[in-house]
Amino acid sequence: MRLRRTMLYLPGNNPNMLLRGHLFNPDGLVLDLEDAVAVREKDAARILIRDVLKRGEFGSCEVTVRINGLDTEYWRKDLEALVPLGRLDGVRAPKVDDAATVKQLDEALSEIESKAGLEVGRTKIFCLLETARGIFNTYDIATASPRVTAVIPGGEDLTADLRTNRSPEGTELEGIRRNVIVAARAAGVDALDTVFPRITDDEGLRKETSFIKQLGFDGKSVIHPNQIPIIHEVFTPTEKEIERAQKIIAAAKEAAERGLGAVQVDGRMVDAPVVKRALFTLTRAGLLEEGQDNA
Amino acid sequence: MPKNILGREIPEFIEGYGKTLPFMGEHARKPEGNRAGPKLRSTFNDRTSKVVPDLKAAIAASGLKSGMTVSFHHHLRNGDFVVNAVIDACSEMGIRDLTLFPTALFGVHKKLIEHIKSGVIRRIMGSVNGPIGQMVSEGGMEVPVVLRSHGGRPRAVVSGDVRIDVAFVAAPTADAYGNLCGSQGKSACGSLGYAFTDAMFADCVVAVTDNLVPFPAAPVSMPQFHVDIVTVLDSIGDPAGIVSGTTRITRDPLRLLISKYASRLIEASPYFKEGISFQTGAGGISLAVTAFMKEAMKKREIRGSFGLGGITGYFVDLLKEGYVEKLMDVQSFDLEAVKSIAENPNHIEISADWYANPWNAGAVVNMLDVVILGATEMDRDFNVNVNTEADGALLHGIGGHQDTAAGAKLTIISQPLLRGRIPCVVDQVYSVTTPGEVVDALVTEYGVTINPRRKDLVDACQAAGNVPLVTMDELVARAHEMCGPTDPVETEDRIIGIIEWRDGTVIDVVKQLKKK
Repeated sequence: MRLRRTMLYLPGNNPNMLLRGHLFNPDGLVLDLEDAVAVREKDAARILIRDVLKRGEFGSCEVTVRINGLDTEYWRKDLEALVPLGRLDGVRAPKVDDAATVKQLDEALSEIESKAGLEVGRTKIFCLLETARGIFNTYDIATASPRVTAVIPGGEDLTADLRTNRSPEGTELEGIRRNVIVAARAAGVDALDTVFPRITDDEGLRKETSFIKQLGFDGKSVIHPNQIPIIHEVFTPTEKEIERAQKIIAAAKEAAERGLGAVQVDGRMVDAPVVKRALFTLTRAGLLEEGQDNA
Repeated sequence: MPKNILGREIPEFIEGYGKTLPFMGEHARKPEGNRAGPKLRSTFNDRTSKVVPDLKAAIAASGLKSGMTVSFHHHLRNGDFVVNAVIDACSEMGIRDLTLFPTALFGVHKKLIEHIKSGVIRRIMGSVNGPIGQMVSEGGMEVPVVLRSHGGRPRAVVSGDVRIDVAFVAAPTADAYGNLCGSQGKSACGSLGYAFTDAMFADCVVAVTDNLVPFPAAPVSMPQFHVDIVTVLDSIGDPAGIVSGTTRITRDPLRLLISKYASRLIEASPYFKEGISFQTGAGGISLAVTAFMKEAMKKREIRGSFGLGGITGYFVDLLKEGYVEKLMDVQSFDLEAVKSIAENPNHIEISADWYANPWNAGAVVNMLDVVILGATEMDRDFNVNVNTEADGALLHGIGGHQDTAAGAKLTIISQPLLRGRIPCVVDQVYSVTTPGEVVDALVTEYGVTINPRRKDLVDACQAAGNVPLVTMDELVARAHEMCGPTDPVETEDRIIGIIEWRDGTVIDVVKQLKKK
């Protein structure tokens, strides 16, 4: 399981940020070719991102690119220039409305991967759901290809499509967030929340992050590096949670060694889901190497 | 050509400067003889007011003549009206060939260029910034400028290397008998720290004020027995340029990241304990380091003994909240600091001599645990350049850089690895301001780079476990890779600037830029 508490957007036309974004230690990076880049700069940004990818220095971040929408003339060029380098972990597709869009993207990726001699299917898809249709079809989208690894409700575009706007309380997104979580879990993909636009409002960010964490989200998109430590802090388990998780893992290990089915910790039954959640807690606390919990 | 201990070529004699003493190491030069002193003068009860009608009358009364040395202090910073007004008046009075001896010059003083060109000013001993720096670098002055640190300057005065004929003191408040105060009046600037040595050692002291109060003024920061003449201007400065509003902590993520690493380094060091003293300045990174340190001090229940240097409102808050016991203030940066120095007895006004002079019985910098400083570039030997830019032009003064670096137990340079495409680490700095022997660490966004002679700090950081360490070689290699090679600066042979170490030896010289 890979942590995706924070995925930081980096403008595709800003070499300074593209080169140094990873220094802020987000869990993932989104090199942006879409909204951050004006139409006349699309080609230049694509070349820039290609060179940055070739350089390949991103710390331990998951590296993704937000490509241009499948309703534009750029998205295929974006993929053709960047995917063959073999450095991208995934692509973030904007305005995904239905399963057909995912399938179209999946086919294009397969073709490019295959031509480049890369393992077909290695490039994951992160779906941005920025329309009412997209939200309505979340489960179908999330299950349209095994490449889909996360769904992300949009912010501004989505609220516009809903004929409302973003409020500090986030009332307009509340039901949507709940729906996305259910669909994502049902489909077995991550649910990542939209960006928090007010970059100097640390308290507002903390509140919203606590809320979406409680709903079950795995993380948030990030538009400013200063937001990263705040989100990580919210997602980092408390010492009490860690202590309990460690107890559960130890008890489960002991039970397995002694051939027992279930054991009790602090008067509560410890079964498989509880162990899974405990492992997850330790991963979030940075106490477990990624992948270690697959055992 | 003879070389100093850092391998810099220093001619034995420099036209317009004289015989040189090459830099031989931090404490190598020992002072000899006695302190110099100003001319004796007497004042009796037949003279109870020192006020003269205007600046020209003050200049005339001071006995200032062509070829003399005039000194100024920079507490009015970019709001200062006094330097320009005095030199304008000198020009109108036909005085020429002056040596200007300011503690620092600012953008507002670019007007001096016309007086340099016309010969009113023949020589500058002090930092030359912005347009004046550019002009000097291109060979626009006949006599080389001499750059000294905030401690090196009073050393030069008290040792007699520099004799001040007339010191002009911008005084936000004065009485008719010459008691001066910086923390009151419409042009209040707080501490008058840099002016003290000048007032004590100049042959004549002229106070320029825009707030004349009845005798005796109170509080007094500079007493009447140093001051010969008082004159009044409508305004000595623009308050907006004298003090800034509330100093804010940077939100630039890169600078915050660097600040975080710097504060972790401090926390990991042996100096982070009860009674820690520090100087962090007013720069974006410095202030953020202070904020992170405050959090750490809170967490570990540590209280500091004193904060030093230029003081900001942020430091004043630390004093009020009990994170430091005292503030020692040579320059007050903002309104909060000005207010505090006027009201709080634990906020102490200190002179530049007291602050940083290596040739007295003990400067405050010697009591400093930690200092955070900036740089334009640093080299593999940890030598630091703060005076010249990548293009070889003189653009910044030394400030307290040398003094605090030499005095503090932990000297940290914090700087982004790149400014645009210009790297801050290089194989060899273009000019040396501060030698690597007094610099302990560099902090960039890539982590903390520790001077190998501080193995104890490397160990401390490794033990702390949260300080990313990067070697200087790795950092230089990374800078090379990201920026590619830079063209060397092309210069003439002529020396246009001399950088003195705080003891008066020459640590480096700066040459005239070749015309492009």
